[in-house]
Amino acid sequence: MSEFEVAEAAVQAALDAGARYADVRVMHRRYESMTARNGDVESLTQDESLGLGVRALVGSSWGFHAVPDLAERAARDAGHRAARTAAASALVPGPPVDLVAVTPTTASWTSPCEVDPLGVSLAAKGDLLVAATRTMAEHGADLSEGLYQIWDTAKWFVSSEGHRIDQRIRECGGGISATSVGAGETQRRSWPSYRGQYGTTGWELVDSLEVTAHAGRIAEESRALLTAPLCPTGETDLILGGEQLALQIHESVGHAIELDRILGWEAAFAGTSWLDLAQLGSLRYGSDLMTVTIDPTIPGALGSFGYDDEGSPAVKRDAVREGRWVGVLAGRDSAAVAGLDHGGSVRADGWARLPMVRMTNVGLEPGPHTLEEIIDATDDGVLMDVNRSWSIDDKRLNFQFGCEIGWEIRNGRRGRMLRNPTYTGIGPLFWRSMDMLSSETVPWGTPNCGKGQPGQIGHTGHPAAPARFRNVRVGVHA
Amino acid sequence: MTGVPAQAGDAELDLAGRVVDLVARLAGTAAQAEVTVTRVESALTRFANSAIHQNVASSSVDVRLRVHLAGRTVAGSGNAVTDDGLRALVERVLTAARITPPDPAWPGLTPAAPVATAPEWDAATAHAGPAERAALVRAFVDAAGGLETAGYCRTGHRVAAFANSAGHSAQGQAADAAMDGIARTGDADGSAQQHVDRLADLDGAGLGWRAAAKARAAARPVELPPGRYPVVLEPTAVADLLQNLAWYGFNGRRYAEHQSFAALGVSQFDRAVTLVDDPLAASGLPFDLEGTPSRALTLVDAGTTSAVAHDRRSAAELGVASTGHAWAGGATVGPIPRNLRLSAAGTAGPADATGAFLARGQGVAGPGATATGVAAGGAGGPGGAGPATDARAGAITDPDTAALVSRMERGLLVSDFWYTRVLDPLSLVITGLTRNGLWLVEDGQVTRAVRDLRFTESYPRALAPGAVLELGRHAVRLPDRTDGGWWEAPSLRLASWNFTGGASG
Repeated sequence: MSEFEVAEAAVQAALDAGARYADVRVMHRRYESMTARNGDVESLTQDESLGLGVRALVGSSWGFHAVPDLAERAARDAGHRAARTAAASALVPGPPVDLVAVTPTTASWTSPCEVDPLGVSLAAKGDLLVAATRTMAEHGADLSEGLYQIWDTAKWFVSSEGHRIDQRIRECGGGISATSVGAGETQRRSWPSYRGQYGTTGWELVDSLEVTAHAGRIAEESRALLTAPLCPTGETDLILGGEQLALQIHESVGHAIELDRILGWEAAFAGTSWLDLAQLGSLRYGSDLMTVTIDPTIPGALGSFGYDDEGSPAVKRDAVREGRWVGVLAGRDSAAVAGLDHGGSVRADGWARLPMVRMTNVGLEPGPHTLEEIIDATDDGVLMDVNRSWSIDDKRLNFQFGCEIGWEIRNGRRGRMLRNPTYTGIGPLFWRSMDMLSSETVPWGTPNCGKGQPGQIGHTGHPAAPARFRNVRVGVHA
Repeated sequence: MTGVPAQAGDAELDLAGRVVDLVARLAGTAAQAEVTVTRVESALTRFANSAIHQNVASSSVDVRLRVHLAGRTVAGSGNAVTDDGLRALVERVLTAARITPPDPAWPGLTPAAPVATAPEWDAATAHAGPAERAALVRAFVDAAGGLETAGYCRTGHRVAAFANSAGHSAQGQAADAAMDGIARTGDADGSAQQHVDRLADLDGAGLGWRAAAKARAAARPVELPPGRYPVVLEPTAVADLLQNLAWYGFNGRRYAEHQSFAALGVSQFDRAVTLVDDPLAASGLPFDLEGTPSRALTLVDAGTTSAVAHDRRSAAELGVASTGHAWAGGATVGPIPRNLRLSAAGTAGPADATGAFLARGQGVAGPGATATGVAAGGAGGPGGAGPATDARAGAITDPDTAALVSRMERGLLVSDFWYTRVLDPLSLVITGLTRNGLWLVEDGQVTRAVRDLRFTESYPRALAPGAVLELGRHAVRLPDRTDGGWWEAPSLRLASWNFTGGASG
């Protein structure tokens, strides 16, 4: 049987067992990663996994069952069990469940890929990491690390409404880090970010990072940071590099606009949101420079796809338009609860996981400035870049971030390097203080977004560029 | 019904042995191979807004092969257990092993060694269905007395076997269950958790009542200025300390890289602190991913750091033996103790019966405490006459915490920490927030609920000699987010905790 036929058998079994709606995701994923440390390859892992997951709606209750077996009998049994699990949910029932309409589609979609990352020889990939880590060690790093990761996922989606969609999405990326150990603390520098940059693209992305060319510099910076002055404590103008701003968007915008959080579905674990649906369309989220889009159509960005994991086509939408909150990340059921007319942001971390609301590509539209113009226009401030730590409360309001490196900005010039730069604030107050935004946008990829129980790892994209924020509290230390 | 450990994992052991043989046939006996086969049945019933909204179950099988051939090492996994599937896995790994760069630090295979019998496992838990989990959720929701609730009830069953080409083999299985939930008022949440070996030991009603009592006690919080405060940390908050100490301090790879604060033989902690990683105490397998037998490992003995966790690679780097802490994430993260216990006051062993926390929590009798009991006929217990008259009293639901709070002149009672992240791994300075209940304590009494605070604190410094004022007498086992992981701790009274920001920034 083909993957579609197996999926159809599972859907039919769920319907036969009493489901009023059912869908199935068959997924085949190959994963490869290599790590190198101090000039040697340390690990090479190649994993492969195949299975299907059935989601069934019985009355107002969902059930999900997944098996690592594409035999027809196993698929039918999974469909039956999904319906049985849904029926058991009725012991603690919720309100009626509706699904916003999606036109049933038969379609195929493939992510762009110039150089198949699994086709590049292991020797070449290993040589790259070995050379980069060796260079970092030669330039003074006590610990030099390199990493790449590749995911090649084929998936087939079938629903009881008539969807029949197959997609192949190849993702890859990598990066390097240098750590210097001092008396009582360590300093790390990474390129292009800690654990790397990722996209729905081929090996050409890794080639474009030119990790070896940056290895010596970041090693020297990690050592220099050990003796750099501490980031001062106080309120000042803060310039963030694009990589750090990407994570700021992820944590304080992306998660906050997840509709399942807003509706309380994640209250016990990931948390809720400070946003109130009654204010959708009117709330001032940030300054006029702040336009954030939800855009899974960006070629090569890590959160891109043709269709989400419940069959909604990829569509670009606004989340924040010129500072005003106008959109959410939603699924078909959560959108119906909220009275919206679209889902489109539901994804599952493999065949064994329930699809749920996830970020796609959530990022800032480009601004009118450049980083150099922002620095030129700043009399007294701090520039911070490349994330080192991140923490935010369960409503996505109170945050504190640490970066790998900072610089004093005095009279329009970049001054001394600063160590242990941190900043803290409240989301909407912070975003309302953004008064300069660069046009130098990069679609940063975050391959480690945790959410859900059982836990799921999401791959998200965040177009971002350097920006300036006024009167931010910096230099929080123990 | 209890499983028979001697029969556990026979089918998986046969699979592992077939893969080892296949490697020898295809690559010769010079190829070093190790194989772990793991089958997992897991189910999780999740509720929010007082209704089950996600209800999932999955079966999985994972065949994990690592080969060292001609100086090169490759690991791979697959879930196709047919002859063709296993052969494809072996061929894929061998192909990669012939062309990947050399691995000069290969530590070799685990030699044949006796493996302890796994703890008994509960078949009823292993094979529990969605109706049983839903019934526990129903009890939690009902016991919350009308407050909105959210959380999960989960069950899991793991069967695993290991074989390598050095003639070593092992097998085992484990089952566990956990419940973790919150109750919510308009402006505050309260939480309760429990991790057990037997689903029958989960007390849904007791947990729901406890979460609701704490939520009511946390209502109408006031804002306090940041600064240093003495604290009583409840076991859920202490579990966060244990997790971060485990990941960044007692991680043998970080230790070898000089990125850990750990210094063996040095009195780095207060004498009240004894930390033991004890995977066989509950729901653990008797061997790790490299086949090294699991055993209890004392990491801190009465304040003195005595060990860190190793897999074979980090151990070889330092010329010591593996402590049995190889796991799937070890290649990137390093070996980590994931069954860590902070010994309670007056003990050096594990908590006694699972679920003991709730049972003991019935009727708080700490000196000077005003708290109300969990059940035991107390006014606020499930089946009692309703919530406590003084809602603040619900902040404390066990005698251990009550005793510690009663001896704090002025400070904060912390239920849980949230989103803790490392600012510097060597000093283990961490930032995070309080969550699910924070209260001001004055003259040994809970006087006010407080809005959540952000902290920035060095965990080893907070536990340094002289900084630990008191530990509770009973350790509580709490679920980790991953299968097989748990943390066990009593409440803890510390001299100082560095709060660096309030709710408004």
